[in-house]
Amino acid sequence: MGIWLLRRVGQVIPTLLILSILIFGLQQLMPGDPALILAGEERGDPAVLAAIRAELGLDKPIWQQYLIWMGKVLTGDFGFSWRIRVPVSELILTKLPVTFQLATMAFIIAILIGVPLGILSAVRKDTPTDWAANGVALFGISTPNFWLGIMMILLFSVELGWLPPSGYVPLTEDPVQSLATTIMPAFVLGTGVASVLMRHTRAAMLTALSQDYVRTARAKGLRERVVVWKHALRNALIPVVTLGAIEFGRLLAGAVLTEQIFTIPGFGKLIVDAVFNRDYPVVQGVVLATALIFVVLSLVADILYMMINPRLRQA
Amino acid sequence: MSATAAAAPAPGESPTRRAIRRFLRHRLAVVGLIVVVLFVAVAILAPLIAPYDPLQTSWSRIRKEPSWAHWMGTDENGRDVLSRVIWGARASLMAGVISVLGALIMGVPLGLVAGLAGGWVDAVISRVADAMLSVPFLILAIALAAFLGPALENAMLAIAITASPVFARLARGMALDAKSTDWVEAARALGNPPWRIAFVHVLPNIIPPLLVQATLAIAEAIIAEAALSFLGLGMQPPNPSWGSMLNSSQRFLTQAPWLSIFPGVTIMIVVLAFNLMGDGLRDALDPRADKT
Repeated sequence: MGIWLLRRVGQVIPTLLILSILIFGLQQLMPGDPALILAGEERGDPAVLAAIRAELGLDKPIWQQYLIWMGKVLTGDFGFSWRIRVPVSELILTKLPVTFQLATMAFIIAILIGVPLGILSAVRKDTPTDWAANGVALFGISTPNFWLGIMMILLFSVELGWLPPSGYVPLTEDPVQSLATTIMPAFVLGTGVASVLMRHTRAAMLTALSQDYVRTARAKGLRERVVVWKHALRNALIPVVTLGAIEFGRLLAGAVLTEQIFTIPGFGKLIVDAVFNRDYPVVQGVVLATALIFVVLSLVADILYMMINPRLRQA
Repeated sequence: MSATAAAAPAPGESPTRRAIRRFLRHRLAVVGLIVVVLFVAVAILAPLIAPYDPLQTSWSRIRKEPSWAHWMGTDENGRDVLSRVIWGARASLMAGVISVLGALIMGVPLGLVAGLAGGWVDAVISRVADAMLSVPFLILAIALAAFLGPALENAMLAIAITASPVFARLARGMALDAKSTDWVEAARALGNPPWRIAFVHVLPNIIPPLLVQATLAIAEAIIAEAALSFLGLGMQPPNPSWGSMLNSSQRFLTQAPWLSIFPGVTIMIVVLAFNLMGDGLRDALDPRADKT
């Protein structure tokens, strides 16, 4: 287990290294000279442009620029926002909790919908219940979640007036208002993941239900409820748990559009605003941060998989 | 499913015919195919069937509710929504198909090379694919579109780049499987050069899974294009695209909800159709399906 863990962590390093090159390379795609954007009104003055280039290290060869950038990233320095002159890491750290709350709520909703629906449709395979559950999942995958968000605002805010259409109140400030402002976006965000979880739970349950130990359990005369809940489900949930960890990372990304629609000041709004302000260091920083979170989550998923699957633990 | 009928395919039936027969058995997949064909026709025939000019503004018909003259109503500039949805089909389907073609062209050769060459070539290509897959699809597409500049072509390029590692990985896995088969062994023994083995002997055999993946990827790409256009990073106004229509509609949600409803429903129908078709293809092209 120890050696396995070490090797698995070791695998992450080349991935992160290539990722850093790719993300650094993004700025090479940029049309135009960053110094010109930063200089603003003073773009006509060659001295100002030269000073900015020297400050950003743009006058150095590209590989040197990369090494300097990488060195800073390793110490947690993601550069500063061109727009508001605030360190990118600070911006990310203030926005992350908002998105994290949204993603956590969405994840809970996704599990509450996806897992029971998956179990139900596996147990009642090839019945109208199964078809209905599959149909719901197919619609969940095929509906663009930003449009679902707009439709929910139309129904719950415009028509019924039950929930605020936009805005965000921090959990620490007013928990009730905080939930009221995040429940709709969390639901929108959760439905896509719920569909994925449903399909995987169904597949895993079908596999588990066809195993020998389930037949043995049934042959012993155990009640169907015990067979399903104790024997099949426990084993079926193993792959679902690891998938869940990875899907959580995807939720952080899916938040981009949802936050945009419900004007929630999180991670996603940060990157979209940065894109329109041509605030490239912030865009880079957000991409890097999401990638890091995603890599860590897949690592956690693998470790969880090892821990809850006794057969792998012994190997 | 009638296992007995399927277990004994007609003698001499070609794999293609068998796949078509099995695909047609899936009623929902056939519905998906019909809807897709219908939308392709709409996109091609847009200039002929759109009742109005999609760009023609009119002060006298601003935000009119759906009526006989304007089935989907008119927008904030007095443009006919139905005509814009019809023309928008061009942008969406084109973006979906072209970006997935781009992803195939980039991903498949790299995957084949990685799988067949092995060694450090495989290691480098696989790590790059891993790294790209660790950035969530939409964030990478947004970042790429942002750095490339807002335009439909750049959005398509961004989606193509973002979707390519999935195909590279799929092609690599299939190439690894094919490498140890007798026919590739025989081709190598006959002295075929590696590129010939890759494209003449391996590629045709991995087309079925690629086709399934590509169909599902088109569904995803259409949503991605709508998302990028919604954010203002894809199709630029005043040209119609379903995503950009949704973007401008949000401001008039209380006064003109139909502006938000129709483009969204259209995206959903098309994406649903591609997903149904993809699921049907998967079952039809799976060589193991007949045996069970």
